[in-house]
Parts: sequence; C-alpha cells; structure tokens
Amino acid sequence: MTSAATAAGDMGSVLAGVLQLVALVGALALVHVPVGTYMARVYSSEKHLRVERWIYKGIGADPDAQMRWPAYLRGVLAFSAVGVLFLYLLQRLQGVLPGSLHFTSVGPAQSFNTAVSFVTNTNWQSYYGEQTMGHVVQTAGLAVQNFVSAAVGMAVAVALVRGFARSRTGELGNFWADLVRGTLRILLPLSVVAALVLVACGVIQNFSGIHEVGQFMGSSQQWNGGAVASQEAVKELGTNGGGYFNANSAHPFENPTPFSNLFEIFLILVIPFSLTRTFGVMVGSVKQGYAILATMAAIWLGFTALMMWTEFAHHGPALQAAGGALEGKEVRFGVGGSSIFAVATTLTSTGAVDSFHSSFTGLGGGITMLGMQLGEIAPGGTGSGLYGMLIMAVIAVFIAGLMVGRTPEYLGKKIGGREMKLAACYILITPALVLVFTAASMALPTPRHSMLNPGAHGFSEVLYAFTSASNNNGSAFAGLNANTDWFNTMTGLAMLLGRFLPMVFVLALAGSLAGQRPVPMTAGTLRTEKPLFTGLLVGAILIITGLTYFPALALGPLAEGLAS
Amino acid sequence: MNNSAINTARLLGAGLRALLVLTLVTGVLYPLAVTGVAQGLFGNKANGSEITADGRVVGSSLIGQPYDLPSKKGQETPEPDLKWFQGRPANGLGTNSVNTRYKLLLSGATNLAADNKDLVRQVEDAKAAVVEDNSVPGYTVRPSQVPADAVTSSGSGLDPDISPRYADLQVHRVADRNGLSVARVRQLVADHTEGRTLGFIGEPRVNVLELNVALRELVSRS
Repeated sequence: MTSAATAAGDMGSVLAGVLQLVALVGALALVHVPVGTYMARVYSSEKHLRVERWIYKGIGADPDAQMRWPAYLRGVLAFSAVGVLFLYLLQRLQGVLPGSLHFTSVGPAQSFNTAVSFVTNTNWQSYYGEQTMGHVVQTAGLAVQNFVSAAVGMAVAVALVRGFARSRTGELGNFWADLVRGTLRILLPLSVVAALVLVACGVIQNFSGIHEVGQFMGSSQQWNGGAVASQEAVKELGTNGGGYFNANSAHPFENPTPFSNLFEIFLILVIPFSLTRTFGVMVGSVKQGYAILATMAAIWLGFTALMMWTEFAHHGPALQAAGGALEGKEVRFGVGGSSIFAVATTLTSTGAVDSFHSSFTGLGGGITMLGMQLGEIAPGGTGSGLYGMLIMAVIAVFIAGLMVGRTPEYLGKKIGGREMKLAACYILITPALVLVFTAASMALPTPRHSMLNPGAHGFSEVLYAFTSASNNNGSAFAGLNANTDWFNTMTGLAMLLGRFLPMVFVLALAGSLAGQRPVPMTAGTLRTEKPLFTGLLVGAILIITGLTYFPALALGPLAEGLAS
Repeated sequence: MNNSAINTARLLGAGLRALLVLTLVTGVLYPLAVTGVAQGLFGNKANGSEITADGRVVGSSLIGQPYDLPSKKGQETPEPDLKWFQGRPANGLGTNSVNTRYKLLLSGATNLAADNKDLVRQVEDAKAAVVEDNSVPGYTVRPSQVPADAVTSSGSGLDPDISPRYADLQVHRVADRNGLSVARVRQLVADHTEGRTLGFIGEPRVNVLELNVALRELVSRS
C-alpha cells in the first residue's frame, strides 16, 4: 500500500472505487443487448405510432419519404437553426414571460451562447443556473433541447449506419421520422423512469418559486425550486450536461446520494455504449458492433484507471497539504466516484460534473481534457460518439490499407479518395477550432483577464474552454470567467462549427457509402470484427490525438502535473 | 421570391412546427407528468427533503449550512459556534449578482488549482483552525489527524456531510462545550454514521444537520 492511498482515506476507498466501476460495467453489459436491439428496431421499423402520425401531420412532413444526404442535412440544419432562434428569444423575453420567478431577461451575448450551447448538445454554461434562468426557460427551453439535440445526434449516427448498410441508393432515411422516434421512443420513456428513480433518491421536482427555508442556527436560506429531476434525467441520458444549478451534479439537489451518482454515470454511458449494438444489428453483423464496443470500452477503462490512480495519489502542493484530493469533491462520492464521473463525462459529450475538474491533480485535469480531445468517441455523445468512432474506423482501415498496399474497405464499402477526404476533414475540424481559438485568446490582451489561476493552470483554463466548446462537451475549468463578450461569442462559434461542420462531412460520407455497390469479401479483406482491428483502432485514435494536441497539453496540464 | 427561398422558408416552417410539438411533449407534458407522480409518491423528497425539529423547519438534510455565532459588527467572517458539529469549508459559494431582489444560495466550488498558492494557504489556515478549535484540555489534535474533507471546499459548497474521521475529531470538543460525556457524543456520531451504500458505493459519511439536531435533543434532555 502506498502512503498516498492511506492518506487519501483507506485502501477501502480505492477498492470501493474499483467495485463501483465493476458494478457499472456489469449494469451496462446487462442492458447492452436489449437497449441496443430496441434502438435498432426503433430506427428500422416501418410502423408509425398514432401519436407520431399526429406529430408528422403537425410538422407537415411525410415520414416515409426517403432523403438523400443533402436533404437530410437540410433537415438537421433547419431544425437546429430554429432551435437556436427560439431558445435565444425565450431568454431575451424572460423578463416578460410568466412563470419566470420575476427573473430579468438574459443579455444578448449570453443568450446567444446559451442557445447555441444547448442546441449543439454542448451545454456549456456561462451563467449561474439558480439565479439566471426561471422555470419556463429551464423547463420549456433548455430541457427540450436536452431531448432534441440528443435525438439529432442519434439521427445523424443512424444515417451514417444506413450508409454502410445500404447499397446502390443514396437514401439515408427520413430526418423527421428519426428525430421524432429518437425523442419519443427512446429518450422519453427512459427519462421518465430515470427521473422517478432520481426523485426517489432526493432530487427535487416541484414548481415552487423562490422560498425561505429555516436554518438550524436561526435565520434562513433562500432556495430556488424547479423541475430538476425531469431535466437531470435527460441531461445525463442525452449526454447534455447542463446543470439546473451552478454546481451541476455536485449539487445535492441534482445528485443527492452515492447511488444517484453511480446511476447518473450509468445514464451517461448507456445510450452511447448500446448504440454499438444498434450499429451491429443494422449492418447485419453484431460482431462489427462488438469490435467498436471493445475499442470504446478499452479507452474508457484505461482512462478511468489512470484518473483513479492520479486522484488517489493526490500530487500537487494544496492536495498534499490537505492529505487528499477532496478540493471540489463531495464527501458522499469521494475520490473514486468523482474520478469515474469525470472520465465518463469527458469521454462522452456530456460535460456534467459531480466534482470540479479545475481542482483535480494536474494530470487528472489533463486526462479530462485529453478525453474530450479524442473527439469524444469512447463511448462519446448520444449518436455523435458512434459517428465519430466510425470515422476513426474508416481512418484506421485506410492506414491498414496503406501498410499492405490494398484499397481499404470497411463493412463491404470501398474507402476511396472521396471517403478519405471527408473523414480527414472531419478529424481536422475540431483540433483546428480548439487550437486557433485558444491561440487567439492567448495572443489578445483582454481574454487572459478571465483566468482565475496563475501559470500553466491559467492556460489550461482557456485550452479547456475551447476543447470543451469545440467538442460539444460543456464542462469547464470553471474558474475561467466565461461570461465576457469574447468568450460568449467565441465559444458560441466554436460550438456551432464544432457541431455542424462534422455533421456535414458525416452525412456526405453516408451518402457516398450508400451509393456504392458492396465489395465482395475476399481472403485479403481486413477483418474489422477481430481484436487485431480493435487494437489498430485504439492505436490510431491515441496517436492521431496525441500528435495533434501534445504541444498544447505540454504547456498546460503536463507542465502542471510534472511540476508537482 | 425564387424557388430556393421558398423551399428554405418551407423547411424552416417545418422545423419550427417540429420544435413546437416536441416542446409541448418534452417541455410541458413530460415535466408535469413527472412532477405529478413525484409529488404523489415522494412528496418530501421532491420538495427538498426538509427536516423539522421542535415544530420548525431547520433546513434540508441534503443542503449543508453554517453553524456560526452571530456576526459581530465589522467582522468579515463569522466565528464557528463550537458547541455544534461543523461542516466542510465552503469557499466557492457565489453571491447573488443578477436578479438581486433575491438572496439566493449560489452553489459553487473554488476552482483553485492544486498548485495555487491561495489554495495552499486556505488549506493550511483551515487545518490550523481545526487543530486549535478541537484541542481541549486532555485531548490534543495533531495536524496529521485532520482529514482532507475538513480543510477543503466541496464541489457544491453545500456538502451536507463530513467524513466519520472529521466527526470523530470533533467529539471531544462538542462533549466539552455541551457538558456531555465523550462516550455519549461518540455514540451519537456512530448512530449517525452512514456506511457505503451496499458496502461499496460512495464513501462513509455523517450528515451534519441530522447530527446536530440529535445533539440538540440530547442536550435539552440531559
């Protein structure tokens, strides 16, 4: 036993952390096949529910009309554009909306930032939830985007999967049908169950206004009520991450018990992991799904193990002085539960936090950043994780093809020049956004004033902010004062471009694949359902990300981590 | 208007109608239904797990609160009332800066880095205070005894719990200030210590408000 482990608590804390991880793996494994297969059926079914027919009638869309990729993309963009505008107006008009606790309207820069943030499934928050957003904006605005932005991500992923599964057609399905089904048949029923479990743990769910609650020593506290559990459920399930309260899932009203903590981590991971099954079923080979699942799981478990190691070791002067890495962490979750949450939230596009990453060890903070920089693909956001990982798979087969001098194929589709250009554009966008915006913020005189911490950690705050925004994560090294015109505008742009440009390339790729005729499998075909391919894929992901971000990481978290 | 403008307008119209319908389902019906069931099945929890003692609400079992002496004039930070068990530091709480007609409790962490000198100072000061406050005649606290949760701010600033080690450290002081036996107070802490859920989920903890409510009851009875 190391002295670090004893100081952090007892060996029991480490063991308990590991057992929680084991329990999580068990729970995810248990639901993997039923949830994944169910989702495949949802997106493949030709039947419409009666309520869905009403909705299609309301939209004025024919759910059976097949769309080619440009039409599918136009649907995504139109729906998202309207979403941004609606959410923007809702905040700008808050001051005159009933049911808003007499909160004033939100300013233009912050409204733009928040609207973009929730529509892009980022849920970056430059505002204090409990003092800024009233019931109507939270529940009828922000929470709605928690559902539909996740459903859009799943729709795009399913369109890409159809691209692999279909041949000699350009048709990718119907965006409106995928959007409505993802919301109504997947997210909504799961959210209802999850919300009630959370209330049973102690998450609040009411519509009471701001009220005084007595305190033990006399005087009182002032609380904000709200429909928190219903939002919390979909916040995790849709890998959104926007907290009702500023402290997000560290707030006891969002995450009251050790069990609710583990349950929320489960909710974050369940759809992204299960989508690999959906993928396997839809392309007609569940083994292909398992290879992708194994890649995601290997990275996730590796990152979690590293995080636990560095957090239990608690290097860093302040943590050493305290005798444990509990700054920014809650007693009920401890170091173990907080480490598992931090990795799950940054390897997906969630960005919810049950502990504050800025006060993690230097290396721990670096792990959260690197997790996002991988492109959030292990297992990634709802939908976005799967399509991001499939893009990496395309790149991995291309690399393998170069090595043996064969035209690369994946799932019976040739990866030719056009496909590779699209995949390459996809993986270049987010790093370009992260590094350019970070460099600009560092080069200009005023943005640096937003940093809370001095030295390497201050740089990390800015790098983290643009990593989080461009990858649509939403978590933060929250010391950074992001409510300035510069950060509200620039992170807003990073979120928009980081969400929709990759979608353009994904859908174009899907269209290109769906138009191909399948290549028959030969003895020379790379077997992408085998462990060898999983190994190749993990390697490709780590090497590409490492090469891209090493210089920036060296200036921030690595410098801090190695110094302590 | 040319064709593409008409098509774009038509598409945006479809998007708007889709958004409005889905808002009705997920932003109105869903939260109302969940609220209805939640209020019916778990009324107290859905409303914030309030605790009542002597016929008045004394807070929520989930939300940490200060146990301080009334502030004297000109005093910046209030002194802890050492009669009661103390919770964790909360240096990251925010102050209500918009919609200031309210004095809302704003959750938050310090976000100070592990190598930040201010944080090192906060931790060292807190440790010195814990040692001083809890050392009573016949019982001296050593700095190495002070657990990490006693000297660090939590993520929410509203952590309702402390570790059993921090509670144990306060037993002598609380017994001394309240004229109770150490054994009796230690028993009280043991009664209010919650282990890991199912033996492995989370960390053992003591809810400070529940402990203090029980302590007040004990003091008034003895």
